Amino acid sequence: MANEAIAVDVAQADAPDGAAANAHGAVTDPLAADAAELHTSTEAHGGEEHGGAFPPFDPATFGSQLLWLAITFAALYFLMSRVALPRIGEILEVRRDRIEGDLAEADRLRQKTDQAMADYEAALNQARNKAHGIAEATRGEIRHETESSRAAVEADLAERVAAAEQSIQATKTEALKNVDEIAAQTAQAVVAAIAGKVSIADARAAVAEVVKG
Amino acid sequence: MAGTDPIHQFNIVELFPIGTIGGSEGEGGIELAFTNAGLFMVLSVLLISSYLILSTSGRGLVPNRWQLVSEMLYEFVANMVRSSAGSEGMRFFPLVFSLFMFVLMGNMLGMFPYFFTVTAHIIVTGALAVFVIGLVIVYGVIRNGFGFLKLFVPSGVPVAILPLVVLIEIVSFVSRPVSLSVRLFANMLAGHITLKVFAGFVVMMSSAGLLGWLGAILPLGMTVALTALEFLVAALQAYVFAILTSMYLNDAIHPGH
Repeated sequence: MANEAIAVDVAQADAPDGAAANAHGAVTDPLAADAAELHTSTEAHGGEEHGGAFPPFDPATFGSQLLWLAITFAALYFLMSRVALPRIGEILEVRRDRIEGDLAEADRLRQKTDQAMADYEAALNQARNKAHGIAEATRGEIRHETESSRAAVEADLAERVAAAEQSIQATKTEALKNVDEIAAQTAQAVVAAIAGKVSIADARAAVAEVVKG
Repeated sequence: MAGTDPIHQFNIVELFPIGTIGGSEGEGGIELAFTNAGLFMVLSVLLISSYLILSTSGRGLVPNRWQLVSEMLYEFVANMVRSSAGSEGMRFFPLVFSLFMFVLMGNMLGMFPYFFTVTAHIIVTGALAVFVIGLVIVYGVIRNGFGFLKLFVPSGVPVAILPLVVLIEIVSFVSRPVSLSVRLFANMLAGHITLKVFAGFVVMMSSAGLLGWLGAILPLGMTVALTALEFLVAALQAYVFAILTSMYLNDAIHPGH
């Protein structure tokens, strides 16, 4: 420690001399060189022996370390807080915005697609309903038409049936009337054959009596 | 013997002097110089800044692998701060991020052979820890006024044991800067010394002939294993430092337990 202190003293005492020598043109240069040599060799010696304090606890070095710590850390803080971190923050922000924007855009497009799908479904439903309506109306019309024509045909048929029945009835009545006449004539003939002549009027009366009886 | 001296790696070497403040040259003044510690602090700041700034210069919507690492570091620390200090704690995010990166880079640069480990010096970790705790106190008082003292008075504790609890809380608060700084410092220091000691065994034994060569295999294996462990410790301690910082800042924002 003592060695080092002396060396530093010598070097510092010598420093102005050296500067002066340089200024005057290297007249006392060898002296300065010697001093410098002495300084470095002594320091190296001290360093090897570490006869002084344990380096991390050597207060002689604290001033320089604190000075450079202050300078460098202040510079680092300035560069970080003004340049590096805002820039990285901005990059991350832009990326987040971009991702959010893209997601929002995708969502918007998806909603648009959903809307289009819903519209399409509605139109389809409407068309289907309309088609159903048309089909229903057409079916009703056809049914109505069929009904009316069938009614007409049935009415016609009924009419014909009635006419036919009437004619059958007439024919039947006629026929029945003829049956009486035939019976009277047959009775007259039969009676004539068996018991002699009978007038046609008597025969008729007798037949009518039998038919009634 | 400098080759196998485990303490040699922590020596502070003056690269060029700057001057002396407070008092005259020599006695009583504080010497300031650009040392190897300063060099590695500058180097780590340059590496961190240039990496983060250059890798994100493309501002790719789809990140390339360089940018992805920057984004992962950002989100890692951002999530850490948000989960431990809430969304209000995000105002300290640049600070916690800077601390995390500074400690991480300091630890990782220390893993290179012949490189200086900035974080293996108590003054550096101590200054960072005091800065963090100082910020916690200052911000806590500005934001909460006397309410900040609620930090020491947990709610729901019976009055009978309250003085004891308050005492414990105060002791734990005071020990925070110590534990925060010593944890990092001691981990880095002890790890590097252990690594160097085992590596030194390899050198010493291999200089003792054939048998020594064979015997050196064991410490060599230890050195390899310790190197892996030290990488883990380097990352882990940076994480621990950052998350503890976030949790202490959370105390400043929400002093009630």
